Formats: sequence, C-alpha cells, structure tokens
Amino acid sequence: MLNYTLRRLLFAIPTLIVISFIIFAILALAPSDPTGNLPLTIPAEVREKIRIALGLGEPLPIRYLKWLQQFFINEPLHAIEQMFGFSFGGGEARTRVVSFATRGPVMDTIMERMPQTLWVVGLSYVVGILIAVPIGVISAYKQYSWFDQVGTFVSMVGFSVPTFFTGPLLIVIFSVQLGWFPSVYDTTLEVNSLGTFWQQIKQMIMPVTVLAFYNAAQISRFMRASMLDNLSQDYVRTARAKGMSEKVVILTHVLRNSLIPVVTVIALGIPTIFSGAIITEQIFRVNGLGQLLIIGIQGADIPMVQTLTFMFAVLIVLFNLIADIVYGLLDPRIRYD
Amino acid sequence: MDVTDLRTVFHTQDGVVHAVNGISFHLEEGELLSVVGESGSGKSVTMMSLLKLLPIPPAEIASGTVMFDGKDLLQMELEELREIRGGKIGFIFQDPMTSLNPVFNVGFQIMEPLKEHLGLSKKEARKRAIELLELVGIPGAADRLDDFPHQFSGGMRQRVMIAIALACDPQILIADEPTTALDVTIQAQILELIKDLRKKLGMAIVWITHDLGVAAGISDRIVVMYGGFVVEHAKVDDLYKRPLHPYTRALLATLPSEDGGEERLKSIRGTPPNLGAAPTSCPFAPRCEHAFDRCHKENPALERIEGVHDVACWWDVEKEAPRHAS
Ligand SMILES: Nc1ncnc2c1ncn2[C@@H]1O[C@H](COP(=O)(O)OP(=O)(O)O)[C@@H](O)[C@H]1O
Ligand SMILES: [Mg+2]
Repeated sequence: MLNYTLRRLLFAIPTLIVISFIIFAILALAPSDPTGNLPLTIPAEVREKIRIALGLGEPLPIRYLKWLQQFFINEPLHAIEQMFGFSFGGGEARTRVVSFATRGPVMDTIMERMPQTLWVVGLSYVVGILIAVPIGVISAYKQYSWFDQVGTFVSMVGFSVPTFFTGPLLIVIFSVQLGWFPSVYDTTLEVNSLGTFWQQIKQMIMPVTVLAFYNAAQISRFMRASMLDNLSQDYVRTARAKGMSEKVVILTHVLRNSLIPVVTVIALGIPTIFSGAIITEQIFRVNGLGQLLIIGIQGADIPMVQTLTFMFAVLIVLFNLIADIVYGLLDPRIRYD
Repeated sequence: MDVTDLRTVFHTQDGVVHAVNGISFHLEEGELLSVVGESGSGKSVTMMSLLKLLPIPPAEIASGTVMFDGKDLLQMELEELREIRGGKIGFIFQDPMTSLNPVFNVGFQIMEPLKEHLGLSKKEARKRAIELLELVGIPGAADRLDDFPHQFSGGMRQRVMIAIALACDPQILIADEPTTALDVTIQAQILELIKDLRKKLGMAIVWITHDLGVAAGISDRIVVMYGGFVVEHAKVDDLYKRPLHPYTRALLATLPSEDGGEERLKSIRGTPPNLGAAPTSCPFAPRCEHAFDRCHKENPALERIEGVHDVACWWDVEKEAPRHAS
C-alpha cells in the first residue's frame, strides 16, 4: 500500500506540471488585460509601463518558469519560515506570487479567505452527508414506500434546481418576507459571545442549507442505489438465514458493503468544497475562495487565478489518490501491489 | 418437521408466478431426505419459504403450515423465527462464491450466530469457530479465521458455509444444491464431508439436488418435485426399484448407467412448465409419453400406493393402464 501510494505520488508530479503549464498558457493567451479596469483617461504608454512593471514584458516561457519557482520553491520556503519562525536566509531575494490587483502576495489573500469557504461550504458538505446516508439507507430498505417516493422526488428537485435559484428563493422568503436571517454574510463578525454566536449561526443557515440540500440530493441517490445493489446479494440471505436481526443485516452487512463506493464518491467530491460553491458564495456574499476566483477573473488578476486554479488541480489529483486508497482500505478484495 | 400444503406465489410485473403449489412432506429426526427435480421445479423456493427467507413482496406464502417443535414457523413473529434460523435450522446455499459477505473475515461470519444464539463471548466464540473450521476440514483453521472469503477456493468457501450452518448444532440442516457450483472432485469431497458430519452430529438433513444419482448415494427418502408439486415420494430403494411417475423414470433414464458410460445420456424432451397460472391439469402432461385425456383435464393428487410410496399420476406405468377407472 505504501509502495503504491509513493508510486502514485511520483506519477502525480509530471501530471501536475503539465496541468500548471496548460493553465498558465490558457491564461496568458486569453485576451484579458490587467489594465482594462483602469480609467479610460490613462494613456496607452502609461498602461504599457504598468504592464511591464507587472512582469508582463517578458516572454511567456520565462514568466512560466518564474511562476514555477515562486510557487514551488519560494512559497513553501516562506510558509515554513512563517510557521517555525526561523530564516533560510536570502528571504529578501525570493519573490512571492504577487497579485496584480492588490500587489500583495496571493497566498496571504487565499489563506485569509480559506476559513470562510471551509466553514460554509465544508459544513454544508458534512451536513449533506449526514442527511444523505440515512435517507439513502431507508429509501433502499423501504423501496417504493411513501418515504422512498417523497425522498426520490425531493432529491430530484434537489439536484435539478440550481443553487442560483434556491439561493435567491431562500433570500426572498427568509430575509425579505420573514426577516429571519440576514441576506449578506458578514465576514467581519467576530464570535465572542452567545449573541454573536447566534448571529453567526443565523447568517450561515441559508448558504449552508442551499449547498447541503444540493449535496444531500446527490449523495442520497448514490447511497440508495448502492444499498439496493447489495440488498439483493446472496450474502444478505445468508445473514438472515443465520438468524441475525434486521438491524444487523442492514446496518452491518449491507451498509458496510454499500458504503465502499459512496465513500469514494464523497472523497472525490471534497475538492469541490474549495472550488465548487462559487455561485452560492456570490449569492450570499460570502467572501471565500469562490468569490476570490471570480473577482480575480474579472480583474484579469492572472497570478491569483493561476494559483487558485492550480491549487484546485492539486486537490483533485490528491483526492483521486485518497479515494483509491480509501477504497483499498474498505474493500479487502482490493490489493495494490 | 411437518410441512403441509405449502403454497408460495410471486407477484411479478408479468403476473403471478405459482412457484410452489401445495407441497407436503415431513422430516424425521436424524433422517436424510433428498428433494430432487429439474431446475425451476420450486425446490429452493420451498425451502426458503419454510423460514420465510424469501423477499416478501414479491413473494407471498399463500397457504400452508410448517410445524416444528410443536409450533408453526409460518405464524411465528420474526423475533421468534430468528431463533430458529441458524439456531435450530441451518441453511447452506448453492453458490459459495456469493453467499459469504466479501468485506468481513470468515471468523466474524462464523462467530455471528454463536454470539447471537448461544450468547458466547468473543473469546468463546472464536474458540468454537476454530473447532468448527477443523470439523469441516479446513487445514490450519486457527490461522484462517482472519482471512476473507476471497482468499478461499470455492470448495473451501462451501466448507465455511457448512461451518456457519452447523455453528449452533442445529436439529436440521437444509442444503440447497450445495455442490452444484463446484467441480466434480470437490463435489465428491463435500458429499463425503456431509455424510461424515451426519454420522458425528446426527442432525436431520434436507438435501436438495437436481441429480438423482447423488441423492441415491446418501438419502433415506426421496421427494421428487415437478412444477411446484411433489410428484413422487418413496424410500430410496423403492424409488430406484419401482419408480412410478413417468417423470421419475425419465430422470432415472438420464443417469449414466453403472456398467459403462458408452451409451449417450438421454435428456428429458420438452421444457419445464410455465408457472404463470395455477395448474388445472397435470403439469408434466405436455412432456409425458403416457399422457391421455384425463391428464389434460385434471391434476392428479398425491396418493399412497404402498408403505411409504406416494405418486401423483393418473397412469399406472406398471400395468400400462389408467390407475383409476374414470
Ligand atoms: N424472485 C422471484 N420472482 C419471480 N419468480 C421467482 C422468483 N424466485 C423464483 N421464482 C420462480 O420460482 C420457480 C421455482 O424456482 P426455484 O425454487 O429456484 O427452482 P429450483 O430451486 O428447483 O431450481 C422458478 O420458475 C422461478 O421462475
Ligand atoms: Mg434452486
């Protein structure tokens, strides 16, 4: 297993380098201009100077190599220095990936935004799973019962209605009409008392609900299908013939088998926590990573977009590997050697 | 155990399938009863109906009683029935490849009924599980407890299944074609094992097979099934010496003769019956060489001919004449 993991990690390196180059090339070739948002009165020569100052004067391969060095060497070194408080030396000469828009290091902004995304989107993923698994199990066990029918209908609605519809719908009902929850997520809120804690919960409820509903819809369908596959297997009959209770038959024998593909799908979905909820973050004004990416794209902040997109790529490759490893751990028939 | 007038139907999208149509048989203590019939004749459905192991719905046990220890298993609450399943009556299934749970080791799967029915602790159950694996002839039993089913061959898996079925010292073992999915040499080994276990443990066995040859070697009595009916029932010697149902005769004719395998095996012409409607005529009539008009109008009931020999047929194959004047 360790061997396999190391081998996969080694293979991941060339994959990621190719991905990073493709992202870089696409962004460099895109007809976007970091000076495009500046007032029209600024003359062309000045714009050109700004571009050169941003490092856009150099040819593409040089810019790519610089980014590689900044992202893979300078940034990790900087992170280690920050974490452990010692210096590798030459820190002044090491340039970091710097945003065109804020002129500050991209990584600092990303780290600032990460908690919002993890809280809102991550929590909704967890809530979605916690709702989906029991619903999937019961729906399969009581196939075609009213519970199953309602569950099927609701989850079909859940994954066919987009979040940019359910989001504003909730805002209209609960913020505008009823006035229960705020429609704008306030990131500056500091939780330091029961009151602010309650405020935090209130502002999280709607974005978390929208995303959790969407996630739960998908995962519960998957869970149900996987349970149904297993319920008709011979080993289930054997468990009943041994005199095991329905609880043991379903929650030990069938569930344990059914979870194998579901856990894999859940692991594969984790990178979308970081990237996926772009639309929902926009709707509720959560200034997380999704919003950062959108603003970066609008402002042609190439280093920001490049770094974020590449980080998502790393997460996807990483969680593909994790999903495979988890599969191997859960299913004794799989041997990676 | 006494089974009376068991009827099981399946409610499917294409209509009702009459899989078992009023079967009665009894099983004495320590006896080996074989149930023989082509595939599709309702053997498995009958046996699974006894312990309500069929998925209900689509299955429905329409009528019947299954008396065991003075109680009707079909009327029991699930909680009570669970004590019988695996505790008093053990079950072995046809396909050892799929009958074990792939994600639990065999030790866990053997220990489950021990803990459930006998209330053994983990340690005691483990000890007993090793004994059981030794009993069914698995070499290195203690080391194999932590292995998973896929690490066993088909024959070894069937031995594990037997160990599970026998875990709680059941009074009855129901073996549903336990050797059908196995190689011929492995089949013989499993057969030997069952004979041996029977001598040691003395439980009654219901042995289900489509092979009269296998049944001959081990049984005390034989029930022949066709289309969800019992068509003949006799002690094993009587059945071979004096088969009374044309279907039994046809089955016997398909066996390779003892004096040499030169002649080609005969197969029974025609196809097994359609179970789509409750039969109003003899289900075997379309394939029967002796069928006459009554066979197409009325379904014969099982009737006693002598001693313990019953047959359900309008034709007397010995006299070559109708059994009753009609
Ligand atoms: N789940 C089911 N749904 C519908 N029909 C079934 C089902 N299970 C069994 N049957 C029908 O019951 C009949 C008897 O099957 P079975 O008892 O398995 O035969 P055997 O064990 O003698 O080969 C078959 O004709 C089959 O079509
Ligand atoms: Mg069968």
